[in-house]
Amino acid sequence: MTELELSGITVTFGGLTALQDVGLTVGPRQVHGVIGPNGAGKTTLFNVACGFVQPDRGDVVRRGERIERLRPTDLPRLGMARTLQGLGLFDRMTVLDNVMVGADRHARSGFLGSLLALPRAGADERALRDRALHALDDLGVASYADRYPPSLPYPIRKRVALARALVSEPDLLLLDEPASGLSSAEMEELGDLVRALTEQMSVLLVEHHMDLVMRVCDEITVLDFGRAIAHGTPDEVRNDPAVLAAYLGEDVH
Amino acid sequence: MRARISSLRDHVLARHLAAALLGLVVVVMVLESVSDYRNTQLASMAYLGIAAGGLTVLTGLNGQLSLGHGALMAIGAYTSALLLPDNESSLPLSVVVLVAVVVTLAVGAAVGLAAARLHGPYLAGATLALAVAVPGIALYFKETLGGEQGLRVVMPDIPVWVLDAVFFVTGQDLTRSRFTAYVAWLTLIVVFVLLANLGAGRTGRRWRAVRDDEVAAELAGIDLGRARVSAFMVSAAAAGAAGAILAFTVKLAAPSAFTLTLSLTLLAAIVLGGLGSLAGALIGAALLTFLPSVVTDIGTDAGLSDIQAAELAPLVYGLVMVAVILLAPAGIVGSLRGALLRARARRRTPASAEPPATGTTSGTGTTTDPHADTTETAGTTPATTSKGTAS
Repeated sequence: MTELELSGITVTFGGLTALQDVGLTVGPRQVHGVIGPNGAGKTTLFNVACGFVQPDRGDVVRRGERIERLRPTDLPRLGMARTLQGLGLFDRMTVLDNVMVGADRHARSGFLGSLLALPRAGADERALRDRALHALDDLGVASYADRYPPSLPYPIRKRVALARALVSEPDLLLLDEPASGLSSAEMEELGDLVRALTEQMSVLLVEHHMDLVMRVCDEITVLDFGRAIAHGTPDEVRNDPAVLAAYLGEDVH
Repeated sequence: MRARISSLRDHVLARHLAAALLGLVVVVMVLESVSDYRNTQLASMAYLGIAAGGLTVLTGLNGQLSLGHGALMAIGAYTSALLLPDNESSLPLSVVVLVAVVVTLAVGAAVGLAAARLHGPYLAGATLALAVAVPGIALYFKETLGGEQGLRVVMPDIPVWVLDAVFFVTGQDLTRSRFTAYVAWLTLIVVFVLLANLGAGRTGRRWRAVRDDEVAAELAGIDLGRARVSAFMVSAAAAGAAGAILAFTVKLAAPSAFTLTLSLTLLAAIVLGGLGSLAGALIGAALLTFLPSVVTDIGTDAGLSDIQAAELAPLVYGLVMVAVILLAPAGIVGSLRGALLRARARRRTPASAEPPATGTTSGTGTTTDPHADTTETAGTTPATTSKGTAS
């Protein structure tokens, strides 16, 4: 069964067609990349996949089930998580609290539990904290748990953001430009990490850096001017005449 | 590290109850040792503190601005006044406070629904409308709400068991002013424990997430509207309790007590004390209550005429406000906390800092990273160094 299937997605903003009849399929334990020149519609497609943009036409299908009107708040419940290009960390909360927010889907106690600090709310909090520390530990940043994001270097913040996404235990992870701002050595590590993630989940990836995309993706969809111009394995895409034409003169990283 | 964080945060209720008990002891000691006049002043400080505590949760933890909290206090005060029209009423004060809270909560829910859709200046505008409209309601319904004169609040007789209990503990007779001050401060302690619980738990974390980054909060499954409405309702409930205590203290609910100035005063209190901090709200309330009379006394002692001395208070208050904003923009408590954090970070030397644990990936050298934040606070340097030595 496919983790995510987008089909016939069309999005228009005013008179501008951002996406025209675009489709893609993310299989289980697969890394699927979306590439294309600037303004090709990558981000819009990503935003459709996580409910920030409602398509004019087309279906979003998760594990064989059509999602009528996907909203971002549905993502944790659907077993999906997304990272943000700008990281979107909560700057006035500790790293631990940041990641605990990501784990919120696992909490059961509600308002009354918080208000009266009921025992079950306390147990819930302990469980969330353990999950969060574990997720931070997995990415090697547990020692920053009580720090605030603005005081941390960018690559560390990036890991915190990733931990916040992973702590919800998604089986489909949406990564938005994960390599931006990383050195080539760090990008290498990121590639290994993404491959390692496929043991537990599928990954949909929007990325500029060709090296990374070609290295980690099982399948790639190439967008240009809002249309999918090519689709296939990295090798197929690399030699596709339409892709070469689209990128001609483009600075291919 | 894990153990340290756990021990600090696992016993939220125990920690807050311990603080409440300590607070109670201080309250008894202070209220028993000061005059009736000071007791009334302290009761005023308590209701300002309760309202400011509610507002600091809304503004500090959830990032919403309200100019209508004075009006919400009015709703609590008028509700109490309607419940305490004469000596015949047999309602215990705790029930009066609860009813005031429930009524204000209902109004807060309606306003909060608007708040969920509005942001920043627009929300300020909507709550400003509330601040302007609510006193007008009292004028319009002259028959029931007393018009310009307001409604008298008749405090019930102090229950005999309370008189006996206080005499047993303190050996002093309980005066009416002191009784009101006790009611005020007990209410403050209960409200603060509940607010602190919310702030430390899942609800508070969700509020803060919405405050810091809406998109990321939504992706974590948090409904922005519901988070905002719940924060507004909690804040309104506190304002309702504060209004009830105000009614008990001044024994009157009149429109002139609930002008826009009251709402602005509350905002000033939480900014002075430090946004999001209950202790800050209390410090702000103390400044609001005592600064004017202290400054006026100093002025009179210095040989100023009564009018000149009275005019000194707003001046000094304004200067304090400007000084805090310039020198301690995080407020009094916020700045103290910041200094504490920096001191702790300085103690955490590179040698003693534990290297980051490695999991699926290894630690990266970050010292050479061009993207490393250059606007770091003082706490960063040791950890960056430790990270560097670890790799």
